[in-house]
Amino acid sequence: MKVEGKKKIWNDYQKEIADDSFFYVRSCVRQNFFPGSEKTFLRIFRDELHKDIYENAAHTTCSGIGYHSDVVPFETAMTMVARQFALMTESGYENFTTSCITSFGLYTEILETWNHFPEVEERIRGHLFKATGRVFSKPKNLSHASDVTFKFRKEIAEKGPYRLVNRNTGQPLKVVEHIGCHYSKMFPSKGLGGAEYPYVLVGMIEEWGGEVVDYPERRHCCGFGFRQYIVQANRGYSLACSKKKFDSMEPYKPDFILTNCPGCPMFLDRWQYALSEMEGITYGENGQGIPVLTYEELAGIILGYDPWDLGLQVHQVPVEPLLDKIGLPYDPSKKFLDKEGKSMGKPDAPGFLKFY
Amino acid sequence: MHRAFLSFIDMAKKVLVIGGGIAGMTATASLAESGVHVDLLEKDDHLGGHVQRWDKLFPSLRPGKEVTDFFQNKIDDRVQVHMNVNIRDISRMDDEFILSLDNGEKIKGNAIILATGYELFDAARKEEYGYGIYDNVITSAELEDRFKTSGKITTSNGEVPARVAFIHCVGSRDEKVGNLYCSKVCCVTGVKQAIEIKELLPSAEVFCFYMDLRMFDRNFEELYFEAQQKWGINFIRGRLSECAENPDHSIVLKTEDTLTGRPLKMTVDLMVLLIGFIPSPETRRISGMLGLQSGNDGFLKPEDEHIQDNITAIPGVFISGAVKGPACIVNTVADARATVLQVAAYLKSK
Repeated sequence: MKVEGKKKIWNDYQKEIADDSFFYVRSCVRQNFFPGSEKTFLRIFRDELHKDIYENAAHTTCSGIGYHSDVVPFETAMTMVARQFALMTESGYENFTTSCITSFGLYTEILETWNHFPEVEERIRGHLFKATGRVFSKPKNLSHASDVTFKFRKEIAEKGPYRLVNRNTGQPLKVVEHIGCHYSKMFPSKGLGGAEYPYVLVGMIEEWGGEVVDYPERRHCCGFGFRQYIVQANRGYSLACSKKKFDSMEPYKPDFILTNCPGCPMFLDRWQYALSEMEGITYGENGQGIPVLTYEELAGIILGYDPWDLGLQVHQVPVEPLLDKIGLPYDPSKKFLDKEGKSMGKPDAPGFLKFY
Repeated sequence: MHRAFLSFIDMAKKVLVIGGGIAGMTATASLAESGVHVDLLEKDDHLGGHVQRWDKLFPSLRPGKEVTDFFQNKIDDRVQVHMNVNIRDISRMDDEFILSLDNGEKIKGNAIILATGYELFDAARKEEYGYGIYDNVITSAELEDRFKTSGKITTSNGEVPARVAFIHCVGSRDEKVGNLYCSKVCCVTGVKQAIEIKELLPSAEVFCFYMDLRMFDRNFEELYFEAQQKWGINFIRGRLSECAENPDHSIVLKTEDTLTGRPLKMTVDLMVLLIGFIPSPETRRISGMLGLQSGNDGFLKPEDEHIQDNITAIPGVFISGAVKGPACIVNTVADARATVLQVAAYLKSK
């Protein structure tokens, strides 16, 4: 593997990311899957980096999940997105930042469509005005929250006391990165590093001291793929996709998997449990799984946040072995306590995956 | 070309040939043989263009050097060869062209043959094929270098490859990279190189992944048959979708065998990308000075693609060889000789 070749590609795919004043839109599903991630993003950028990040309570789904599942027509999706832009405009912001990869892909697709077909944009403006009386300006800058985290990765490293280094061996942690399809596969020029060798997560991993593992099925689907999970009859494909990836990455002994999409960490995490129950197989060392993190969770770890504030206790694959390697302290007795210190109840232990 | 044939040209007139590849050398040799004075300008330090790098030529596997030597030997003292030159400007005064070089020299002539050829497609642009990233992904030009220099074919670990894959149409007939045209010579180059691999490594398994094989010229189809029947080379109809590197640096290919309708995943030790032609930046630069037009594919546009394909809209400026699009040596030589006839007719009219 020649890293110089990748660096050349990374140089070819740069993008402009705003410095400050972000209109932030949450994902429909992430708060259910990984409930601490979006909160952690806001905490880091508001409290640590003192950025202006605004959320509007009137924000709704962008409809991307329905659009990519073939149940929401493009015309409808465009009008809903136009409404989100109207909320941004009304709030006095110009930099639009999405938490969700599919939203980012949909916003990008719509802006590109309007760029090439101005008459479509005019028609959608008409639809929105008739329905809501709203008007909008298009964002001056559109980014995914992982782009913003990438941009400030050095500042996070400077403030953070932890590094992606195994404190027992002194060696960099080996990290598998997985990018959401809708980040750059549709529009490679809109993603840091392009579609084939995306850099957005690699940049964070390298800056924070880790070592990226490239493995043969790196580009393969995480297992979500919308229809292969959402259409119930197809779920075997979903599981097969994830298994193919685990089988391919296992020989490299990754310490964890890093993701930037709502669906990818969900499936890469939960399907490890499903595979262990179905086949009795685990992919980490000593009967453990391979922990799966969102980039916000990882940034929170680097900054030394309490793992239970990050929501790591709801992961299916326990993260404690990873925290031990990094040296981030945690209190096992508080793992399943809520914010008031009351017990949330403890899940049953899996049959095969090690449970903490 | 017989001297008497062009004897109607005023021998005081001079032709400027820009580009010392096969087209430029052929045109120069033909003009010189006919007694016409030529200035041949080449940006590199050698003549022969891309063929100079080629070990053996399809379909006969004769050494490429035989062809370049043939034309080299015909370039006599009527020809002034200028190596390592960079043309800064081209102007025209009456019927005379003036080439201004970077070194301050000015070269005058009565007609120009632009024969600046082509460049090879940069395989790194097909990012999913991993050229420049994966250790055992090389181009057909690099394989030819290995044939020519050492004759040893090894992987990056120095081991003899047990499996070799050739990927056809890299940078050609590919809307994604913006090249819809066929580069013509890659199909037969792949067949030739696959045979050479089998000659060197008889126990190696060799696979060619293709869309369709365009064996358009004499003895090409026969070579393709020989590859299958004598050498046991496997031809799989399917375009490579992507590849990746295994821990041992072998390459995992993903494609579809479109004849069986099944997805296919295979590991090979060495993967060769059959890269196509692209219009050369030098052609674009010089043609810009002359005000020549390009087609949608970026190659130069002749006055009439059927019956005047060496003539341009600029009187006295002629185009020859691969500046007009991909061409094999046989076609390039014929085209260059045809260009000389057009030049002769032009000079006679002056």
